[in-house]
Order: sequence, then structure tokens, then C-alpha cells
Amino acid sequence: MNARTTARIAALMAVVALGATACSSGDSSPSPSASASSSGDAPVTLTVFAAASLKKGFTEIAADFQKAHPNVTVKTTFDGSSALVTQIKQGATADVIATADEKTMTSLGDSAVNPRTFTRNVLTIITAPGNPKRIESVRDLARSGVTTVLCAPQVPCGNAAATVERNTGVDIRPASEETSVSGVVTKVTSGQADAGLVYTSDAKAAGSAVTSVNDPAFAAVVNEYPIAVVKGSQHAGEGRQFIDLVTGSTGQEVLSGLGFGAGR
Amino acid sequence: MRPARGVPVWLYLPALVGLALIVIPPIALTQRLPWSDFWSSITSESSLQALELSLRTAVVSTVLCLAIGVPMAVVFARSDGLALRVFRALVLLPLVLPPVVGGIALLYAFGRRGLIGEHLTVLGIDIAFSTTAVVLAQTFVSLPFLVISVEGALRVSGSSYEQVAATLGAGPTRTLVRVTIPLVAPALLSGLVLAFARAMGEFGATITFAGNAPGVTQTAPLKIYVDEINDPQQALPLSFLLIVVALVVVIAVHLRRPGRQPVL
Repeated sequence: MNARTTARIAALMAVVALGATACSSGDSSPSPSASASSSGDAPVTLTVFAAASLKKGFTEIAADFQKAHPNVTVKTTFDGSSALVTQIKQGATADVIATADEKTMTSLGDSAVNPRTFTRNVLTIITAPGNPKRIESVRDLARSGVTTVLCAPQVPCGNAAATVERNTGVDIRPASEETSVSGVVTKVTSGQADAGLVYTSDAKAAGSAVTSVNDPAFAAVVNEYPIAVVKGSQHAGEGRQFIDLVTGSTGQEVLSGLGFGAGR
Repeated sequence: MRPARGVPVWLYLPALVGLALIVIPPIALTQRLPWSDFWSSITSESSLQALELSLRTAVVSTVLCLAIGVPMAVVFARSDGLALRVFRALVLLPLVLPPVVGGIALLYAFGRRGLIGEHLTVLGIDIAFSTTAVVLAQTFVSLPFLVISVEGALRVSGSSYEQVAATLGAGPTRTLVRVTIPLVAPALLSGLVLAFARAMGEFGATITFAGNAPGVTQTAPLKIYVDEINDPQQALPLSFLLIVVALVVVIAVHLRRPGRQPVL
């Protein structure tokens, strides 16, 4: 490889790199005014990052917000809380972030401006419809002959499950440590597993495909969902208004209808 | 690099962009490697366990691909007809299907309440959340690589040598073992290596179908994914190791001098 070829390759790589940067910053619309509560007429795109479990609720709330603020388009992105945090740390532009637990929000540090708890979620046992294995409590999940799946300890629902195990002294040996709540739900609805630990909102979303079983131990392990404006947001004012809608009666009604907010 | 005769110079531009696209990401990953605890991370018990499981399952899957893939390739290459052409196309399905979809399909075929799994469960065979499920998922996604590679070579080599063998009095089985297979040995080898590599890298179908249980179904790619949720840095050493394995594999396959036709 001679010097000229090397130079050409270097130039090309630079072009590719530039292209990548252009892509990642493409959606930050220029906004001259970042003033606090301006909901003027200039079109605004509000980017909201929210935990995967909030998909249904936040889609609905975002639609309500757009109705009240016709100049604002709410762009929602749903993913695992940790994935969202990683994206923001890597420079993704978001105006508002809502995570499924406080740990992930805390890991954002200064980047999350005044996080507020807006809802909560508690665990529940799910089984096949009708609960054929007669699972009555957390203790039954460790029974031999019962295939139980949990979330991996690295994700919020697995973290909560581990706390329940610690509190109750029950040692559940999961057949699988799923990387998301939806993985646990699928394994139970498809019959691969007899039971799983998920959030009440997930059990509600699964409808008649599962039967929920409560255990008093769950009341002590409440997952709080924080929401915050992301530091450096160009639309902090609209972001705060969105948060007000979520924490206000409209948002709370939507969320409780989806099984959130239990255990209060 | 010497300019090849008959290749328009402008072709080098898009070719280099393509090369950059493939080469830059692994380099970027390597740059972020935490070298200080690279070794301790690679040799941690959970990493070794995942790597060992990956190697073990990939070897078994590759052997299975050999056992059923070569017969498929021979049948496809030496027979014709509409039905056969349809079947041949079907074999490509795992190659073009998103692995997650493959995993869901496997779940409904071999899961506890699946089409076939249901009957297996009656017989006392339960492959849910077992290493067998991992092997099944890997074989499903790797099989096309072997079949395509061997079948292509069989078509190119033609059947004239086989006809000669037949006129000399060799039976079909003897012809297959002594003439046909040796003719396509290089293609068989590269097919095996590719199938092995695909099995090593399998993620989507495995996590959907076999779940994530350390020591039982948690292969190296699954461990990388779970680690990444917690701390992206933590997933890098094992990721790097898989890149090295992949490099060894592709180099092994492609450094064979091209254009050298297999001769008896």
C-alpha cells in the first residue's frame, strides 16, 4: 500500500465518519429560544425517551400533549431504561427521560434535571390462565416441578425480584434469566415456563393470557419511575409542561388504567 | 496494492467506503477496551463458562449440520423438479429470517406446547431452557451456510466424474464417498467453518427459544448482551475475543488461494 492509497483511505474514512455524525445530530432542530415556558407558535419537536414498559401510556399521553400544544410534535423512543441512559451518555439528543427505576436515573447524574417520581409499579406472579400449578406465593416459585423464569439481575425487574428473594428468604432457581420483562411474559404465555415475576402493568397488558397471583412480600418492593428534563435540552420549557401532564390527573389516569401506580 | 487490469478506477471509491464501513466499528470497539482488566475479565468464571458453552454447542451444531446438511446438498444438487426447487428455497429461510423470528418459530415448534414439543413432553422429553435448545437454535440458523456452500460446489463440479465411477462399476454409495465428497472437500470445509462461526455468534434465536440461564443456555453472545445492560465497558473484553475468533475463521476460509479448482 503506497502513500497515495493510504491518503485516499484516510480521506474516505473521514467522509464516512462525517456522515455518521451528521446522522446522529440530524434531528436536533435549531431553536433560537430556549426560554422557560414558551409555548409559542414556532414548531417544536420534543424528544421523549421512556422505559419500554411505558410505551402504551406515554404514546397516549403524548397524543394528549400534542392536542393541547398544536405546535409541538412529541417524538417518543421506547427502550430498556439502561439502554436509554447509555444513548444519552453517548450524546443522543433527548429532552425528557423517564426510566423504570431510580437506579438508572441516578446513573445519569447531572444530566437529569430534578428527577420526579411520577408512578410506581410492583411485582406480581404470573402463571398460565387458571393457574394449573396452584401457585399461591413466592415460596411456590421455588417448588420442585415448577419452572420459573425471572428477569436477569441486571435489569430493574430482576433487581426487584432479587430483593423479594432476599426479603422472603426464598431461593428461586430460575430456568432462565430473561433480559426484559417481555421475555418473561412470552415464556409464560407460550407455556415454556409455569410462572414468572413481572410488574402488575405487564400482567395487565397480557390480559387473559395469564393469571396474576399476589404475594404480601411484593408490597415492600416498589419500583418508582422517575422522569426528568435532560440537561442541555433546547426545549426545556415544553419538557417541563410534558412532565406536568404526566404527573397531573390526565397522565395519572392513563397510567393507572394500565396497571401502574399500585402499591401506593 | 497494485491496480487490477480491467477494473475501472472509480470502482475503488465505493469499494473503499464499504471496506471502511466494515472495518471501522471493530477498530472503534478495540479502542475502548479496558486493557488493565482485560485478562481478569476474560478469565472470570462466568466468562469462561459462557465461552465453553459457546464452543461446545457450536461444535455439536456444526457436526449436526454436517450430518444432515451434506445429504441435503447432494439431493438438491443432483435432482431437479419444481418441488425440489421450492424445498431448496425454503432451506434459505433461516438465512434471511431475523433470528428472533426464527426463535419464536422454534418455540412454537419445539416448545412445551409446540407442534412437536407437545408430543415430546408426553414422552418425558423437555427441551425448554436446556442446552439442547441452544444446539437446535444454532443448527437452525447455521444449516443454510453448509448446504449452500456444498451444493454450489457440487453443481460446479458436475457429475461427469461420478458417471465415470459408475461405468467402472462403483455403486452409488461408494461413488458418493470416494468421488463426490472428495471433489467438494474444500467447499465442505469452508461451509463447516462458516456454519461453526454462525453458531458461535448466534444470539436472537437462542435468547428467544432457549432463554438465558448461566451455564445452561447463556452462550458468549448472550453474556455480552446481559453485561452490556449493566455496564457497556464490562461487555468489551468478551466482545473483542469473539471478534478475534471471527477473524481467525474468515481468514482461515478466505486465505485459501481463490481459483484453485479442487482436483482429485
